[in-house]
Amino acid sequence: MPLAAKAAPEPGQPIYTVRGLTKVYGSGPAAVHALAGVDLDVAEGEIIVLLGPSGSGKSTLLNIIGGLDRCTDGTARFQGAELTDMSDAALTRYRRDHVGFVFQFYNLMPSLTARENVELVTEIAPDPMPAGDALAMVGLDARMDHFPAQMSGGEQQRVAIARAIAKQPRVLFCDEPTGALDSKTGKAVLSVLRDVNEQTGATVLIVTHAAATAAMADRVIHFKDGRIERIDRNATRRDPAEIDW
Amino acid sequence: MAPLDRKLMRDLWRIRSQAAAIGAVIAVGVLLLVMMTGLVATLDETRRAYYERYRLADIFAPVTRAPDHLLPTVAALPGVAGVEGRVQGAALVDLPGVALPVQAVALSLPADGAPRLNAVRLTAGRMIAPSHPDEILLLDGFAAAHGLGPGDMLQVTMNGARKRLRIVGLAQSPEFLFSTAPGELVPDDARFGAIWMGRPALAAAYDMDGAFSELLIGTGRTASEPAIIAAVDRLLAPFGGQGAYGRADHASDRFVTEEINGLRQSSRGVPPIFLAVAAFLLYIVIARIVQSEREQIGLLKAFGYTSREISGHYMKLVLVIATAGAVLGGALGILSGRALSGVYLIYYKFPFLVFQISPGALFIGILVSVAAASAGAMFVLRQVYGLTAAAAMRPPAPEDFSRSARIGRLTGWMDQPTRMVWRRITRQPWRIAGAVLGVAAGMALSAAMTSIMSGFDRTIDLSFDVMDRSDMAVSFKAPLSDKTVLELQRIPGVLAVEPARIVPAILSNGTRTYRGAVSGLVATPDMNRPLDAAMRPIHIRGDGLVLSAGLADLLDIRPGDRLTVDVREGRQPVLELPVAGIAETLLGAPAYLRIDALNRALGEGGRVSTAYLQIDEAAAAAVHAALKAMPGVAGVSVKAEARDAMQEMMDSGAGATRYIMLLIAAIITFGIVYNTASIAYAERSRDLASLRVIGFSRAEVGFVLLGELGVIALLAVPLGAAAGYLMSFGIAAGYSNDLYQIPAVFTPANYGAAGLAVLLATLASGLIVNRRLAAADLVASLKTRE
Ligand SMILES: Nc1ncnc2c1ncn2[C@@H]1O[C@H](COP(=O)(O)OP(=O)(O)O)[C@@H](O)[C@H]1O
Ligand SMILES: [Mg+2]
Repeated sequence: MPLAAKAAPEPGQPIYTVRGLTKVYGSGPAAVHALAGVDLDVAEGEIIVLLGPSGSGKSTLLNIIGGLDRCTDGTARFQGAELTDMSDAALTRYRRDHVGFVFQFYNLMPSLTARENVELVTEIAPDPMPAGDALAMVGLDARMDHFPAQMSGGEQQRVAIARAIAKQPRVLFCDEPTGALDSKTGKAVLSVLRDVNEQTGATVLIVTHAAATAAMADRVIHFKDGRIERIDRNATRRDPAEIDW
Repeated sequence: MAPLDRKLMRDLWRIRSQAAAIGAVIAVGVLLLVMMTGLVATLDETRRAYYERYRLADIFAPVTRAPDHLLPTVAALPGVAGVEGRVQGAALVDLPGVALPVQAVALSLPADGAPRLNAVRLTAGRMIAPSHPDEILLLDGFAAAHGLGPGDMLQVTMNGARKRLRIVGLAQSPEFLFSTAPGELVPDDARFGAIWMGRPALAAAYDMDGAFSELLIGTGRTASEPAIIAAVDRLLAPFGGQGAYGRADHASDRFVTEEINGLRQSSRGVPPIFLAVAAFLLYIVIARIVQSEREQIGLLKAFGYTSREISGHYMKLVLVIATAGAVLGGALGILSGRALSGVYLIYYKFPFLVFQISPGALFIGILVSVAAASAGAMFVLRQVYGLTAAAAMRPPAPEDFSRSARIGRLTGWMDQPTRMVWRRITRQPWRIAGAVLGVAAGMALSAAMTSIMSGFDRTIDLSFDVMDRSDMAVSFKAPLSDKTVLELQRIPGVLAVEPARIVPAILSNGTRTYRGAVSGLVATPDMNRPLDAAMRPIHIRGDGLVLSAGLADLLDIRPGDRLTVDVREGRQPVLELPVAGIAETLLGAPAYLRIDALNRALGEGGRVSTAYLQIDEAAAAAVHAALKAMPGVAGVSVKAEARDAMQEMMDSGAGATRYIMLLIAAIITFGIVYNTASIAYAERSRDLASLRVIGFSRAEVGFVLLGELGVIALLAVPLGAAAGYLMSFGIAAGYSNDLYQIPAVFTPANYGAAGLAVLLATLASGLIVNRRLAAADLVASLKTRE
């Protein structure tokens, strides 16, 4: 399954085309429709914020288009390639070459230092930046040789972001990246995500509970009961540092 | 270094104490296998080299008196590589302070240098000088048993004449690795001697000038032994040939062979069971370790690592542990095999050691370890690969507790720590089951080994207290008339006498043959009592043989089948007899027939070769003196001494390894228990630290851990006892050999002791592991997984 070669971002070109995406957990009367038919186009270079109550399907959507999970029905194309038809090996390839993840609980390898956690990804990526540069982008160049246990939550999350951006992915998926952080640290983390978007042109999707975050996005997608309730477009993106929480 | 490899090294360091415990368990499993097979190979090879260097004959042919001019004829037979004719005669040695004369064999050494076959090895003093007819060499072991040495004089009766002979040297010979007096079951250095003398002097003593009474033959590699034996028997028949026999039927070699076979048997039967238990544990533990990495596996998947790369990473982790353990065990096995060979060297009286290692065992040990570890890892990895990356990163789905409302009520009385123990056990039954199975396997091994200890005691007790109720057995130089029984009865202090006639015989059933003896007993023996499986006395019949169970097995024969008995004494009749019954004999491989029927078959009415005596202990000295004065008595076997000799043999021959194996069983059991404790700790360290943080005392937190371990141990003990009982049959068979049988016995005390040991080991391991919690930095352990 050849994927389009990494090209300079062309804003406006859809990178994802999602149609009728459905995810059902369980069966019979106990079935849960985590996604109940989602249609969405994501443009290259966009920052998208997903808002919605807990359990509304945001993580499920991210996991499926991020290649971590499989859908029950519908289609999701990445640059014309159908993700829902891909073999496990092809999905692995897709994650390895194009996608970066940032999770709510950082998910660092406890036995590796900050730099080594980043190297874990640069090791296998086709065109990575040096691990040191990625850590410098998140302002952690001084703490590269510290283990996760020696860092605060905000620092650990910045390492996780460095790890996600070091491969120079086309897309960054961030599932509640600030959920475990205080507002000040949270703003710093969001600033880093914005910087990455501006400097590398990566498309960024951020799931969050904090409605104020919406101001930094190009578009804001509101989720409810496994469906997109509405999509707002911001006239201008605001600097996360200026957002009031 | 790649970051994954760095992770590997740090993970290994993190689980180092667990890895060491796992490695140690597999190491002792491999150690035992490598040690035992190496030991057997070493003994085999050493014996071969010793025989070769001292030119032990391949065929022995005793004869009454054959002229020397036959020797070239024998040498010309096809396949014969060397011939030696020597003088051989029975002798009695009178030792100061020993009540009865001791039996010995006198052998000639050529006047013109070393013998062509059956050379001797001088261990002290010098060789005999041809010009001094009274000089002798004495068997080293016999001399040591009686404190004799070069320069001492020896009082010997040869062919009826008493002589004073001068010991000038002590010697060893491959034909006397073990020396067993006629009529004895077990070799005893003190009770049988060998004397070497110059050929002229010995020929004079036994009237053998220009003649020989034993023919020794060395054969070529491709020679047919049966053909040579047949030819030699034909040649010697006119001169009183008593039947040539191969080396395998020579008393000493046969005993060594049975001993080494006993070791081989236990090396094949027992270590594989140990290794299997160790491998099983390895499988369980590795599976649990990889299971605890599930979230990290999911994360690696999320980054785009392929299944192959992730498998490679974890395979490296488990293979480092498994191969390090196996290689260490192999190395230690080679070293301890060497040390143990040194011990057996002395026991077998080998003058040197040809050390062997067995690459096959090493290979199998490493292979089994690696296979078990890989299987454990793959078992979990495949499960994880079945999940999407998103699912793998989530902790395992919470189980459905909708049914447990009832249990909520049930546990209402519990305090929080108790409830934690309860929940953990009920919510993760598979993890607990794995731990229970592991500990049960360890318990089984220790329980089986301790019951084997009792099996050895049982063999001795049954044989010497229940089956044999005599105090001593008197054997005669030649069969005597049954009036002897009355004569013995008249000795003051003798309470009862039971006659027996024991004749050498070759028993055969088709192609299976056994060179043993037929024991003629009275119809309802009271002293030497064959018993059936239910320990009831067996009635001895005149029209059929009662075989020991081991012999029946060996000959593959059942009651009702017919057996050929080729008697090798008197007029040497060949009898066809049905098997009438099976006796549960634990020592040797006897076959019983009624004494009158045996005598009738031999055409010698009313003859006795052995008599069993019950005596009044207070009059023992007088009885001994009376027996010494009886001319026909060849030897007296005091039961207490025979019992000691048997115990000694079980403790120094193949049976001696049972102590080592018990130790190793204990090590494996403790290793398993400790592993279980440390895994339980690793899986819970975060929860336990949280408990500490919210204010639980160390004792209360310790209770959570120990409670869980306690439940595991309590479940494992009965399961392990049952498995141990089954296992004990396999191990008992491994320890049984031609010389003795070890029964699998169920002794509640042994199982109780093993169970108690498991519980104590659990408590000790729990306390050791719990100390780690005390030392742990609470904040750090909350941040990251231990
Ligand atoms: N592994 C799962 N098994 C069953 N139901 C699940 C599973 N994961 C998520 N769900 C359900 O799917 C729905 C959407 O979940 P999720 O996408 O995680 O929501 P969000 O991220 O918006 O909070 C929820 O109702 C949740 O209970
Ligand atoms: Mg979510």
